[in-house]
Amino acid sequence: MERVPILKLGDLLIVSIQVDLDDQTVLALKEDLAEVVVARGARGVIIDISAVEIVDSFTGRMLATIAEMCRMLDAHAVVVGMRPAVAITLVELGLSLGGVRTALNLEKGVALLDHVRGAVP
Amino acid sequence: MNAEREAAIASSADVVAVRRLVRSAAIEVGLSLIDQTKIITAASELARNALVYAGRGEVRVHVVENGSRRGLKLVVSDEGPGISDVERALTDGWTTGTGLGLGLGGSRRLVDEFDLLSEPGKGTSVTVTKWAR
Ligand SMILES: Nc1ncnc2c1ncn2[C@@H]1O[C@H](COP(=O)(O)OP(=O)(O)OP(=O)(O)O)[C@@H](O)[C@H]1O
Ligand SMILES: [Mg+2]
Repeated sequence: MERVPILKLGDLLIVSIQVDLDDQTVLALKEDLAEVVVARGARGVIIDISAVEIVDSFTGRMLATIAEMCRMLDAHAVVVGMRPAVAITLVELGLSLGGVRTALNLEKGVALLDHVRGAVP
Repeated sequence: MNAEREAAIASSADVVAVRRLVRSAAIEVGLSLIDQTKIITAASELARNALVYAGRGEVRVHVVENGSRRGLKLVVSDEGPGISDVERALTDGWTTGTGLGLGLGGSRRLVDEFDLLSEPGKGTSVTVTKWAR
């Protein structure tokens, strides 16, 4: 199993997924993130999936779980860089990721987090 | 032409290997990027179902032809407990596990042809086809 690295940048965590995600890797990422968010007191988590070629029901559900978990740990999560083909496929699959904040790219994700944190101090 | 490849599904790493196998076949057949993504996603759902509900299974990948059209046909089969009520299993939101119950219904929407055969106590076989446009 591969592990997805978590980069620390101020009070942000950046997760850039560059591997083919197997279910164990996704579960490990969820657990690692929970620990690092708390240990660092992170306020924002950006998950970059621009290199991810497919998101199925398991991975999609985990993205939603991670977003929910971050909220409970007083951090905001944003998923950035979803490929168009992935978005089309997820909708057809029936997974709308309603509770997950998204942005088109890393830069917009950072801006969104700044905005969210500005609005809710 | 009826090239065929197969792979065993016995771990979550194998599910990733199935996606790679299906991707290379989908590219070879000439599926568009969106259709590649759809059939790889369906394959991932079906392979995971075999792994989770039957413990193991296998996938066979066929390149098929219909006149001048080429397509990709996948058969994902297992010798697990089978499904007693197929219609119910295909209903979105119905699950006996911890998932969302989207795998089967969602896979059916992602492909052009979908055929589920299951016999309780014997196993399950799902055949899906996606045609190049
Ligand atoms: N290969 C199989 N063998 C036995 N039962 C199966 C098999 N595939 C699916 N099922 C049954 O059909 C139900 C629905 O499957 P489906 O893939 O749609 O949803 P899920 O696996 O429960 O959740 P999700 O796929 O959304 O994570 C399963 O909960 C299971 O009871
Ligand atoms: Mg499933």
